[in-house]
Amino acid sequence: MKRGDVLENINQRFKEEIIDVIDKSSTRVYIEIKPCSLVKVAKYVFEELGARFNIASGLDVRSHMEILYHFIFEEINLLISFRVKLDRAKPEIDSLTPIFEAANWIEREIYEMLGVKFKGHPDLRKLFLSDDWPDGVHPLRCDYKEWDRKAIRDRGV
Amino acid sequence: MARTIVPIGPYHPLQEEPEFFTLTVEGETVVAVDVEVGYNHRGIEKLSEMKTFDQSTFVIERICGICSTSHPFAYTRAVEDIISMEVPERAKYIRTVIAEGERIHSHLLWLGLAGHFLGYNTVYMWAWKLREEILDAMEILSGNRNNYAMFKPGGVRRDIKADDIPVVIKKIDSIVPTMIMLKKAVIDDPVLGARTKGVGILSKEDSIRYSALGPTARASGVARDVRKDSSYGAYDKVEWDMIVTSNGDVFDKLVVRVLEIFESIKIMKECLRSLPKGEIDSKIKNIPPGEGIGCVEAPRGECFHYVRSDGTNRPVRHKVRAPTFMNLPTYKATVVGQTISDATIIFAAIDPCYCCTERIAVRNGKGKKLYNGEDLIRLSQEKTEKIRGGLK
Repeated sequence: MKRGDVLENINQRFKEEIIDVIDKSSTRVYIEIKPCSLVKVAKYVFEELGARFNIASGLDVRSHMEILYHFIFEEINLLISFRVKLDRAKPEIDSLTPIFEAANWIEREIYEMLGVKFKGHPDLRKLFLSDDWPDGVHPLRCDYKEWDRKAIRDRGV
Repeated sequence: MARTIVPIGPYHPLQEEPEFFTLTVEGETVVAVDVEVGYNHRGIEKLSEMKTFDQSTFVIERICGICSTSHPFAYTRAVEDIISMEVPERAKYIRTVIAEGERIHSHLLWLGLAGHFLGYNTVYMWAWKLREEILDAMEILSGNRNNYAMFKPGGVRRDIKADDIPVVIKKIDSIVPTMIMLKKAVIDDPVLGARTKGVGILSKEDSIRYSALGPTARASGVARDVRKDSSYGAYDKVEWDMIVTSNGDVFDKLVVRVLEIFESIKIMKECLRSLPKGEIDSKIKNIPPGEGIGCVEAPRGECFHYVRSDGTNRPVRHKVRAPTFMNLPTYKATVVGQTISDATIIFAAIDPCYCCTERIAVRNGKGKKLYNGEDLIRLSQEKTEKIRGGLK
């Protein structure tokens, strides 16, 4: 499969779902899709086209939340990042874990760091933050304030 | 049969990452496993947003003590991807040399630890002795045994002196005969084979489902190597082979790593010999708004960095994904159905930033301690002795 064919395939199949395509360079393409179609697109790319799931990056850009799902086509050296934009007040998206196990941990990480809910995730626990970390405080959100200076000071840190 | 929970962790003093495993066992057989991480979460992604692009390189270098080059390598490549630029030829070669030196010493470190877990302290001593030579070579090249601080967005910070090259090549060559001996001793040893063959198998399908990376994937027959797939640095300019085996057990992971050491030696020597002349730094003035992705093959697999810039001198978001993040969850597929005495080596087989066996404690239902870390290593070593006795 060639680079053009892959992009053509995705474009044809998900004409309705694609909002924007940025063809940045020969190896990097960013495609913005509607959040509701993520599972469909990811399933197609992972299972039919045989791409590898690199990772997802979550960001808070003040006006909205963004998650980029990076998939790499190893044979043709093409990295496609599917971008979804979520409502900042109530960020929610379908989980990819039922399709491939590789999404399990990263969804847990984005959940605790940014507070995005993954619907259908089998085991949405905290991954990195400590057990006494308060609920609803998400350190990678841009309005995050150090949640309790006194508690940290009293621990002698 | 009664189920017992075996907690392992959370502090792992042998390597750098504290993890907490909960093994559910029936008799000697592991039936379920859960992994908890985050005991040492340092918030480096957040920290990186507060530093300038140049400063971040050094923060990132501190993520890992062993693969301290792969993170700055991936980060600088991500920053260069924002600008869509290529670094000078000479810088590419120097970067490759440093990255390969790191791979050699990282694999040797793992080989030594694996030997120790299996009761082969001779392998441990030999491997770590060879590793010293490589660390010395790295000290000649960069001034540091570890945390080389060679990288910067746009190039490298230090040049390699022409006078140093023969010395370094001689140092690398000096480990080859011993390495060949060690390879034979490890791969042909019947006891080691009995301990590792067929143990902790990661199937090809699981490997794809978990997106396993690096030697963990290559041992399962998935030909996946960033150096070949999306070549960077000088990897496409020198001759080398990707090592792929098909069984996915601990033995195959061992074979992949041992053979990769030889490939790395080849790449490193070839790069040093054919080092092109020219600039080592393309002197980036400013970084425009945009986003970039950098992937490199770290010793444990693909290291992935995503950087977004808004045109200021600091990244607005810096996502770091280390290879162990993808490789760790494969435990669920490999450990279940194996015995506790094999669990130690299966955990070690993916070369996680795995750490401890010192703090392992096995408790029964009433919380009474049965085994600690030393006991578990002893258990593992006793099994080897038993097999060795049986073969005589």
